[in-house]
Amino acid sequence: MKFFLSFVWVNKNCFLIYVFVSRKGFVFMKIKENVDVCVIGAGHAGCEAALACARLGLETVIFTVSVDSIALMPCNPNIGGSSKGHLVRELDALGGEMGKVIDKTFIQSKMLNKSKGPAVHSLRAQADKAEYSRMMRKVLENQNNLTIKQSEVCELLWTSIDNKNKKSTKKIIGVKTFTGAVYECKAVILCTGTYLKARCLCGEAITYTGPNGLQAANYLTDSLLSMGIEIRRFKTGTPARMDKRSIDFSKMEEQFGDEKIVPFSFSTDPKDVQIDQISCYLTYTNEKTHEIIRNNLDRSPIYSGIIEGTGPRYCPSIEDKVVKFSDKERHQVFIEPEGLHTNEMYIGGMSSSLPEDVQLAMYRTVPGLENCKIVRNAYAIEYDCINPKQLYPTLRFKDVEGLYSGGQLNGSSGYEEAAAQGLIAGINAARFIFGKEEIVLDRSEAYIGVLIDDLVTKDNYEPYRMMTSRAEYRLLLRQDNADLRLSEKGFQVGLISKQKYDYILNKKLLIKKEIERLKNTKIGAAKSNQEFLERHESALLKTGTNLAELICRPELNYEILKELDSERKWLPDDVIEQVEIEIKYEGYIERQLRQVEQFKKMEKKKIPDDLNYDNVPSLRLEARQKLKSFRPISVGQASRISGVSPADISVLLVYFEQYKKR
Amino acid sequence: MNSDTIAAIATAMSNSGIGIIRISGKESINIVSNIYVDKNNTKVLNTYKTNTIHYGYIIENEEILDEVMVSVMKSPNSFTTEDTVEINCHGGILVINSILELVIRNGARLAQPGEFTKRAFLNGRIDLSEAEAVMDIISSENEIALKNSVRQLKGSVYNKITELRNEIIYEIAFIESALDDPEHISLDDYPERLNLKMKDLIFKIDKLLSTTENGKIIKEGVNTVIVGKPNAGKSSLLNILAGEEKAIVTDIAGTTRDIIEENIRLHDINLHVIDTAGIRRAEDIIEKIGVEKAKKYTKEADLIIYVVDSSVPLDENDFDIIKLIENKKCIILFNKSDLESKISIGELKEKVNETIKIIKTSTKENTGIEDFEKAVKDLFLNGEININSDIMITNLRHKEALKESLDSLVQVSKSILNNMPEDFYSIDLMSAYKSLGKIIGEEVEEDLVNEIFSKFCMGK
Repeated sequence: MKFFLSFVWVNKNCFLIYVFVSRKGFVFMKIKENVDVCVIGAGHAGCEAALACARLGLETVIFTVSVDSIALMPCNPNIGGSSKGHLVRELDALGGEMGKVIDKTFIQSKMLNKSKGPAVHSLRAQADKAEYSRMMRKVLENQNNLTIKQSEVCELLWTSIDNKNKKSTKKIIGVKTFTGAVYECKAVILCTGTYLKARCLCGEAITYTGPNGLQAANYLTDSLLSMGIEIRRFKTGTPARMDKRSIDFSKMEEQFGDEKIVPFSFSTDPKDVQIDQISCYLTYTNEKTHEIIRNNLDRSPIYSGIIEGTGPRYCPSIEDKVVKFSDKERHQVFIEPEGLHTNEMYIGGMSSSLPEDVQLAMYRTVPGLENCKIVRNAYAIEYDCINPKQLYPTLRFKDVEGLYSGGQLNGSSGYEEAAAQGLIAGINAARFIFGKEEIVLDRSEAYIGVLIDDLVTKDNYEPYRMMTSRAEYRLLLRQDNADLRLSEKGFQVGLISKQKYDYILNKKLLIKKEIERLKNTKIGAAKSNQEFLERHESALLKTGTNLAELICRPELNYEILKELDSERKWLPDDVIEQVEIEIKYEGYIERQLRQVEQFKKMEKKKIPDDLNYDNVPSLRLEARQKLKSFRPISVGQASRISGVSPADISVLLVYFEQYKKR
Repeated sequence: MNSDTIAAIATAMSNSGIGIIRISGKESINIVSNIYVDKNNTKVLNTYKTNTIHYGYIIENEEILDEVMVSVMKSPNSFTTEDTVEINCHGGILVINSILELVIRNGARLAQPGEFTKRAFLNGRIDLSEAEAVMDIISSENEIALKNSVRQLKGSVYNKITELRNEIIYEIAFIESALDDPEHISLDDYPERLNLKMKDLIFKIDKLLSTTENGKIIKEGVNTVIVGKPNAGKSSLLNILAGEEKAIVTDIAGTTRDIIEENIRLHDINLHVIDTAGIRRAEDIIEKIGVEKAKKYTKEADLIIYVVDSSVPLDENDFDIIKLIENKKCIILFNKSDLESKISIGELKEKVNETIKIIKTSTKENTGIEDFEKAVKDLFLNGEININSDIMITNLRHKEALKESLDSLVQVSKSILNNMPEDFYSIDLMSAYKSLGKIIGEEVEEDLVNEIFSKFCMGK
């Protein structure tokens, strides 16, 4: 039998390999392409990663098992929420896409925690899910340098590299798809979400699919394992979707959006988002609901032990809530629209993996859902993910050059958490290819920094959700100042334009000048001033003061004080907002700034990548083992690893001094 | 990390003749300047040149605490290479601790074990060959300190602190879950509730702090001060109790011009005895200082032994002393029973608190001492201070941590009063939680997140 090989040149990046077995024609043909970056998965992480790389000028391919599932929202129909809203804002300030897309596709918007301090204000929008996906897909489709490819990646291609300096032992060289096509590349970004070896459980019924019945990715896990990557199994769940026509909303409380809508993106004009909004509805479970659940617990795959994965505590199924909080008489249920052009309603607060019949019976005990018709059943999903301690805070695998990872694969949960990681992984893959230093946001710079640091430094045993309580410097990490905090980085990276950056610089200047002016504007105890204070039920002045002092009084604010401030010039609302917050909370903000100073010192003490912890005397065994397994990049990161004590850190510091002197 | 100023006792904690407190860091000179005066009673420390030593006084609220020598070593001419001040004071535990506490109140922080050495090393003061030894010191001293500290905590203290922490973290978790999930958990009316809780917690911590004195009795012994008119026989008593000639005893009134300290073991009670200058309205400047000090220590003492010279009538000096011992634990020795009495026990009883025991003694003939010892035992072992069951805070570090947590909780109350948003409460609550954690050696780590999930039902 005759056998020969032929290469056909297609363009500079792609050629076909024909393998002829006989003169009659080719038997199989394989594509071999050469690109810069391969992004595996087109969920929220994948989209941000791919856009970042392409926008930075790299030839990028994004793989998805279904082009129709790009930027899919398989669970709740909203973007943002407490602390997640912060992530979206930060993403936007760095040049991400999520904020812009949700601004164009939301159907209701609310600023949460408005009655509380500015640090915990957080934006949340109900999305038209289908519109959101369509809009994001459109952005991807029209992005230069970016190719969308519907294909399952089955294998990562890599080679061993010289291990003299004890850094990575492997280097990524490409990916291979199910059809056998090979894409050679310089970097791969894994954003596989919940697809790896996924299985969905609805009571006794188990299907081996990804979310929404989409095809699971069953091969890639083995490829990762063969590279020595540690895999774990997590679980999450989603409630049922119901036909709007079968729900009696008159028995529920209507939930409206805000009157004045604030956009997510700093580049969206607030005028463009003042739309007519769609309502959500609130109802409650009751004792009957709980009884049905308790009577059928043995049929729940979680309680009967069929589910192996670890589920998130913050997003408990209704059966979890009933068991763990048995003293609660009722739980809230939020009925949220899935979009403008569908009758499907999302039943927030009642995710479940109970069998179909129990689900229906349980939902029908809830006021307003007595006659409900379920369109999609609630289900739990199990999937493979990695142990993120294998990653640097840059989201690169420590052991594999050119391999990055973002989103649910890293053990997080949530669209916003995924998108944030996707962007950072994308930026760093690009910087790696360009030979530039990769970026790390630290815990004092952004919620994104907290998110990634927690993932790569702490032992996480459940899908990780962002929470405001995780951010120790949250007074500084407000959603209102994300642009001021991060635009510089976005500009340096190359995803924020010069024009936008100049705008931010000018904004900073205006804020600084106005605060100075207010502090220097003296207010005497003149009669007119005292009358003004009396009118606003504020304590009278004993001695002279300044405008900044008066702004600090709870009953007064910048706007009210206009009357006493004859010199005042017009300023944009976002500048006034910053001025007011910085003056009102100055004491607290300064305290946090001082803490940050201490924190930064430890972050700046870098640990050499080739440090052999066995050579460090006096380290306790537990600390030595932990440090060897985490390989922290800085003394600061080392100090946050559980099992590493302050004494161990002192020992490390002393060792480095010695090391330096050598 | 070396920006703050640290202080610690550099000499061994015992009643040696002299004790040294070392203060190192940017603020060290300023801190000591605040509490040190020279012999002209002026604050001049920051005018002193480097590597000089000076005579003067440590003062607190314009009262003299001790007579000291102070050395000033400016950066880089010190062990740590930072600005350093060393206070050479009198070596009694009471004196040295009060000065250290004063230094800390003025802005220094208690040094971690091995921290001076560590700073010395990090600032390049110690050479390379010593580095490994330094690492060993740091790690072993930390271990020891931690072990000691934990061992010192009786189960009851541990439990008490844990209880307080649990109460605090519950409130933080409640606030935080409401912030994370405002639609499921409401904070309406919460500030009022939290305010009550704060009052309760502040009360409890205050109570714990008030045990620090009792705790000291267990750890450091009963701070005992011998007072009396000059030549009443105070020094003789000390010598009898100590079984050696420590104080110079003469017939001349005013022989003891300064403070003499001695540790005496008496029926399982460690008496930390300070012999003071006799209290009289003195003219001599040095003796005057001694008298002032005697008065000061009397105020801080756990037990006062008032030696009355029964051979002379009571006079204004006795009345001064009687005023001093009001509301204090006191035993009166009706001394010089070998001589003819000029006053009666009855006469004395009328003038003092009726619960005070009066014992006839003769320090010269060594009589009545057994009765005295029994009285001390009754007072401390069977008396009000029950050594075994009380929850007591004995450690300065613990005391500081408790104070910090108290301050933070007071700040929460203030924030509530000022209508600050709820998220500000949790900032100070967290500080209080962390401070208490220092006492039982626990880190915060994932406590909060765990508490949130286990106690509060979160959304979705």
